[in-house]
Amino acid sequence: MDLVLEALLWLFSAEQYQGEGSIPQRTLEHLVYTFGATLIAAVIAVPIGYFIGHTGRGGTWVVGLTGAARALPSFGLILLLVLLLGVSERVTASLVALVLLGIPPLMAGAYSGMHQIPRSTIDAARAQGMTEWQIIWTVEIPLSLPLLLGGLRGAVLQIVATATLVAYVGLGGLGYDIIQGIPLRRFDQTMGAALVIVVVALTLDVLLAAATKWVTPRGVHQGRLSDVRARDSVSRTAPVATVAASPEKEITQQRNTSS
Amino acid sequence: MEWFLANSSLVWSLTLDHMRISVIPIVVGFLISVPIGWLAQRFPATRGLVLGGVGILYTIPSLALFMILPPLLGISVLSEANVIIALTIYAVAIMVRTVADAFSSIEPQALRSATALGYAEWGRFFAVELPLAGPVLLAGLRVVAVSTVSLVTVGVLVGIQSLGYLFTDGFQRRIIPEVMTGVVMTFLVALLFDALLVVLGRVILPWSHVARQPAQAGA
Repeated sequence: MDLVLEALLWLFSAEQYQGEGSIPQRTLEHLVYTFGATLIAAVIAVPIGYFIGHTGRGGTWVVGLTGAARALPSFGLILLLVLLLGVSERVTASLVALVLLGIPPLMAGAYSGMHQIPRSTIDAARAQGMTEWQIIWTVEIPLSLPLLLGGLRGAVLQIVATATLVAYVGLGGLGYDIIQGIPLRRFDQTMGAALVIVVVALTLDVLLAAATKWVTPRGVHQGRLSDVRARDSVSRTAPVATVAASPEKEITQQRNTSS
Repeated sequence: MEWFLANSSLVWSLTLDHMRISVIPIVVGFLISVPIGWLAQRFPATRGLVLGGVGILYTIPSLALFMILPPLLGISVLSEANVIIALTIYAVAIMVRTVADAFSSIEPQALRSATALGYAEWGRFFAVELPLAGPVLLAGLRVVAVSTVSLVTVGVLVGIQSLGYLFTDGFQRRIIPEVMTGVVMTFLVALLFDALLVVLGRVILPWSHVARQPAQAGA
């Protein structure tokens, strides 16, 4: 337990907060890698996932890719890419590795978000005279958001964890104090840095969990459309009635703004 | 390939180390997860707490966990126990949610029929609930196996020999084929474990040939 105390002393000593390699600077580096890689991964993965989910072609391919990606050792991938692209290109190489890790969960989230929408909902939208683009933008994408954000949460979790390893190729980030501290047996430093990493990772996860709740249209639960009519017939209480009204309202609202 | 052939004995012994270190977290993690997940599903009041708790554990990056565990458990950072316990925690973190889902996916009628046939609580668990939950449990275990095999490589940073050694050694000596061998061999070990679990599933769960694969872990 002494080590915990020493780690806290390290964590709260003034020298960790000024100059080169301070904790705020390492945190910023870490967040820049995380957000940069997540953004690039999303730009690549989400359109592909939506396309597969919308057309319904290639779904097994997405599931297979997600499974295979889990077997790829991320640490090895970073080192391999740095060697292949050259040490001078290590920022690009590390970003590519992080992007590759983020793509499968994001693609699976976008795909399953669209795939789980009941056909009857889409048919109803089409019967109302919506064009294919209106269906995508005002029905499918809003209803897919909860699962897409679930995928985003998975991707960020992966990337933020793996970004601790880029310090091994000399790129800083919050892993730096751990990777530099282990050979020196500075376990107060490694433990202190580990605590910072945990706080950062947990904060991002909590924020994304909150965002997932926030984007979930009322009447939809955990990405599943609840059968509001069935529940309505069981108990005709006021809250159920508002839930029943909301998905329609949601769609009409967005339809009005987009047309 | 040349590098691989010249160093095949090193690669082979590291592969064996890698498998040995991977197996314990997979098996122990499974054995710990089944009761926890079952309890979470049996007593809905605890479900949110348990699933939230394992969710937090899964969020902790592996390198950070390797640093935090030793002082809490009184073991050395550079010990194999550290890596094995950390990976067991991840296995539990991934598996508990799947276990809870697996048991809650069982038709309540099946359970009531079993009770009506005279099964007591324990007998019903082993003879009815566990076999019916089997396919989903297997799918979860496959995810655990594959991600454990891949995470073992990070252990090299705390000095634990595995295929991850080929990453750091190859990187420092700038030998691309060595790092490549490490990545490919880790991938192959993961595939091997996955295939073994599929075969195991066919043998002990002959009534279900299609094990459902969850779309994503940890979400």
